[in-house]
Amino acid sequence: MEPTGFIECRNLHKSFGDKPVLEGVSLRIDRGETMVILGGSGSGKTVLLKHMNGLMNPESGEVFVDGHEISRLEEEDLREVRKRVAMVFQGCALFDSLTVAENIAYPLLEHTTLPPAAVRERVEEVLALVDLEGSEDLYPAEMSGGMKKRAALARALALKPSGLLYDEPTTGLDPIMTHRINRLIRDLQMKLGVTSVVVTHDIQSAFVVAERIAFLRGGRIRFVGTREEIQRSSDVIVQEFLIGG
Amino acid sequence: MRETAERWGFRGLYPVEAASEYVGGMGLLVYEVLRCLSKRWEGRLILDQMEHIGVRSLSIVTLTAVFTGMVLALQMGNYLARFGAKPYVGRILAVSMLREMGPVLTALMIGGRVGAGITAEIGSMKVTEQIDALRSLGVNPIQKLVLPRLIALLVMLPLLTVLADLVAVLGGLFIGVTELSVSADFYLNSIVQFVKFQDLFSGLGKTFFFAFFIAMIACYNGLEATGGADGVGRATTKTVVTASITILVSDFFLTKLFLSL
Repeated sequence: MEPTGFIECRNLHKSFGDKPVLEGVSLRIDRGETMVILGGSGSGKTVLLKHMNGLMNPESGEVFVDGHEISRLEEEDLREVRKRVAMVFQGCALFDSLTVAENIAYPLLEHTTLPPAAVRERVEEVLALVDLEGSEDLYPAEMSGGMKKRAALARALALKPSGLLYDEPTTGLDPIMTHRINRLIRDLQMKLGVTSVVVTHDIQSAFVVAERIAFLRGGRIRFVGTREEIQRSSDVIVQEFLIGG
Repeated sequence: MRETAERWGFRGLYPVEAASEYVGGMGLLVYEVLRCLSKRWEGRLILDQMEHIGVRSLSIVTLTAVFTGMVLALQMGNYLARFGAKPYVGRILAVSMLREMGPVLTALMIGGRVGAGITAEIGSMKVTEQIDALRSLGVNPIQKLVLPRLIALLVMLPLLTVLADLVAVLGGLFIGVTELSVSADFYLNSIVQFVKFQDLFSGLGKTFFFAFFIAMIACYNGLEATGGADGVGRATTKTVVTASITILVSDFFLTKLFLSL
């Protein structure tokens, strides 16, 4: 059957040693939507997210990005996929020996033939998108957690991706910064129309940014639906998670 | 037995299984590196690594070599004096350094200093997801991180070894003149007359193998590091131990190989 979503996972199985993490996960993310994958710690959210740009491969099952199956591709062939589906990591994963500007310029220098002036211009453009103007020369060690998250987001946006994967974007941030990052995710989705997948265990954040929410538990998707639908869900475990959160 | 294996960092596997996993993983890394050889070489990264590996190791290599040369001269001089062969200390010292001591000592020093540094750097990148970040940006970490370090080591280790050989011979000369009453002319002439090109070739030939082993072991352990600072620490220790053992064991087989050529 032809995949219909921008990102589509079909019956994914993944285990580490003898511990199964994903046990038949199927999920479709439509073009331009923001999907939040909600679940407790260790539920396999990040593992699922890392399948969506080929950072991890399933033992069985398929992952489609823009209609192409990517789970069996070689690292070299995944380059194009990763240019179109960027990722913001939980710990930001900025290159600590490079400044913010150099971090953002990195993918541009790798994948484009833009002249230095155009690279600088693009760096300033994405820094403005995340409200980080004037931080070009800072090193990651000189920045706060919120600034690092925004710089990581700016780097992910540098190549104008069609999809963005966020791994716990608000973990470790204070409530004000959490609100700011959530608003930024929504604004970017509206301004740029990118397809976003946000992995989080923070229910409040999920309700702010999500158009649809998938609830992952025990390696399986237990629920998929809109914010209103999940609130009305009769699944005891889903309700327990929402109330407990 | 399993507990012992886990304590030694084998993550719940028996040593044989762990060794198979290690060798298999290393084989895959070597395969990936060979594939990357045909792609674009990052000149600036290679030069950075050559500076880091070579230039910044000059002091430690020089210091080790000069004292090794002096100690060897002292020991050999006193021993050779029993047979009245004290003046020949230069040629014996030169051959020992060129064939064995120079390459092995330099490799051990570089394996410790540079190997540990490579593992710590790549390991830190691994546990902070910077390696995944590279991959997610469509960049091959083998090409960006492993290949420049391998090439830099392949170039710099032989050069450092030549330097170590020279400095050790000069250290021996100093002891020869000041302690053993051997004239500088005789010391140097006896070396020039006695030492053959094969002595230098045999020693330098080994350094390419040692450089390859150090780079592969250090990069592999860094890329396999898990579990935060503790994991990086364990990976770094593993590199120093594995690289040292590999250098010493392979030296025996390489010596046999070069003697048969």
